[in-house]
Amino acid sequence: MREQVIVRVGAKVLVPFIILFGLYVHFHGDYSPGGGFQAGVILAAAFVLYGLVYGLDAVQRVLPPAFVQACAALGVMVFAGVGVLTMFLGGNFLGYGVLAHDPEHGQHYGIIGVEAGVVITVFGVMVSIFYLFAGRGRRSG
Amino acid sequence: MSEHYVILLVLVPLLASPLCIFSRNARAAWGFAVLACLTSLYLVFQVWAEVMATGPITYHIGDWAPPVGIEYRVDAVNAWVLLIVAVIGSVVAPYARVSVEREVEAGRIPLFYAAFLLCFTGLLGITVTGDVFNVFVFLEVSSLSAYGLIALGQDRRALTSAFRYLIMGSVGATFIVIGIGLMYVMTGSLNMADLAQLLPQVWDTRTIKVAYGFLAVGVFLKLALFPLHLWLPNAYTFAPSAVTAFIAATATKVAVYMLLRFFFTVFGAPFSFDVMRLDMVLLPLALVAIVTMSLVAIFQVNVKRLLAYSSVAQIGYMILGISFASVTGLTAALLHLFNHALMKGALFMCMGCVMYRIGSVHIDAMAGLGKRMPLTMAAFVVAGLSLVGVPLTVGFISKWYLILGALERGWWPVAILVLITSLMALVYVWRVVEVAYFQEFPHDEDTQEAPWALLIPMWALVLANVWFGIDARTTVASAEQAAQTLMGGAP
Repeated sequence: MREQVIVRVGAKVLVPFIILFGLYVHFHGDYSPGGGFQAGVILAAAFVLYGLVYGLDAVQRVLPPAFVQACAALGVMVFAGVGVLTMFLGGNFLGYGVLAHDPEHGQHYGIIGVEAGVVITVFGVMVSIFYLFAGRGRRSG
Repeated sequence: MSEHYVILLVLVPLLASPLCIFSRNARAAWGFAVLACLTSLYLVFQVWAEVMATGPITYHIGDWAPPVGIEYRVDAVNAWVLLIVAVIGSVVAPYARVSVEREVEAGRIPLFYAAFLLCFTGLLGITVTGDVFNVFVFLEVSSLSAYGLIALGQDRRALTSAFRYLIMGSVGATFIVIGIGLMYVMTGSLNMADLAQLLPQVWDTRTIKVAYGFLAVGVFLKLALFPLHLWLPNAYTFAPSAVTAFIAATATKVAVYMLLRFFFTVFGAPFSFDVMRLDMVLLPLALVAIVTMSLVAIFQVNVKRLLAYSSVAQIGYMILGISFASVTGLTAALLHLFNHALMKGALFMCMGCVMYRIGSVHIDAMAGLGKRMPLTMAAFVVAGLSLVGVPLTVGFISKWYLILGALERGWWPVAILVLITSLMALVYVWRVVEVAYFQEFPHDEDTQEAPWALLIPMWALVLANVWFGIDARTTVASAEQAAQTLMGGAP
């Protein structure tokens, strides 16, 4: 697809908007349909599109496989880290109420925090899967 | 702080797992794994002591009160199972370093420990939670990481056996979640204690009976009850040695715990045994498992596979104890959970030592090893005697309670069968002993004793086999209290 001008330019234009939409789905996840998983998949889709059009090498220059793998682990740390933070602030594990003076605000912050963890992990895993499948046959053939 | 122990014992290994991936270094990842397992063991021990002294502990995740929120609830039953998982994890993790360096590709070792810790997290999570959906989530955490661990085996057949386990395990997990879904449809609750209150009102409905069936088959698949055990022998045979020792000693035990939890606590013993006649399903399957699998084990030439078939037979003993539907029977089953974890853990660790030195666990390759690796093979003999059920070992204690339970019900043919199958265990253990001690070592090169890093954790388990075989007061008291909790009697 590297010769197709329309596809190349179209992909380049779309990528930032896809990423923006992913962030919107994440930060609006506590009010409207959406949340970490969907946001992570949408973010990953932006890079998958870039990889499909410009090739695996190009996308791996932006996101090295080691970085993507670390993302998958980092998200777990973020999720559990929010839970541990609430424990230090005097609540139970994942008891978001203690995160702000107003417990209702605390719930929002907490949900956005743990969902950020989900976004990072889902993004990392999705892109890893894409790399694995796209890279098949390269190593062997 | 101590009120958070219940959640921390799951969180510590969960948080250590990503650290293994970040470290990208085999030694550091191993350090994290050992540290996390030992911390969990300490927390589990504290929780167990508190439950034994003052009764059940509950913890509300996210400060949401049950039945709406997820509740972690530890009583005498799961405190006991937590202890089994944490002890085995803490013995296998130190053992893993040397064994894994030999058997797993260097670049994958940090990932190995990450998966190991996730599996450990999942097994502890299934046990600690009081929410049926949470059980399913942790079941997936532990199973998916177990498939990955098995696939890391050296032999290419490890991949196919991991895939087979994945298919069977996913079918089991799906059945369990269907059962949970049907219960939720009828009661609107996922909390175990709440379900136990609500279910009696809808006992007669077909939905609940179907839910019961799905849960039963799903759990039977996970615990490898006789006709659904086909994934187990290959998975145990081709997994890396440390993984086999860990999974054989914990994963099926936690599945047995799930069976107890669902059928005694959630549905209640009266529904399970008077309405659904669970004993009529469990008793024949357990007996067939014990007899046929012991027989199959006798004819195996790969010792790891021999022990794997023996595991299926031993699971039969636990299920047999459950099918008695009495406090003594349950005590026997719960004791055997712990005791079998000790003996099979030790036996599979022996195989890890043999694999480390001679690179094979084929019975012919083990000729004359009794002289070359005296400590390893002595451990095999002691743990093997425990498997047979010789007095002064833990195996004797569980067989004793099992036979007591059978006689209490007046099922003396079952008691005789337990004795006969113990002799069958003697046959397959003896085959290995005979080859190792009474045949000449064929090779000239000097095969040495396994390194201390492997011997010390293995012997710790072997000595535990003897220790708890001589002084069984703690174990029997814990198992009895757990059995009474399950049967609904006063603790």
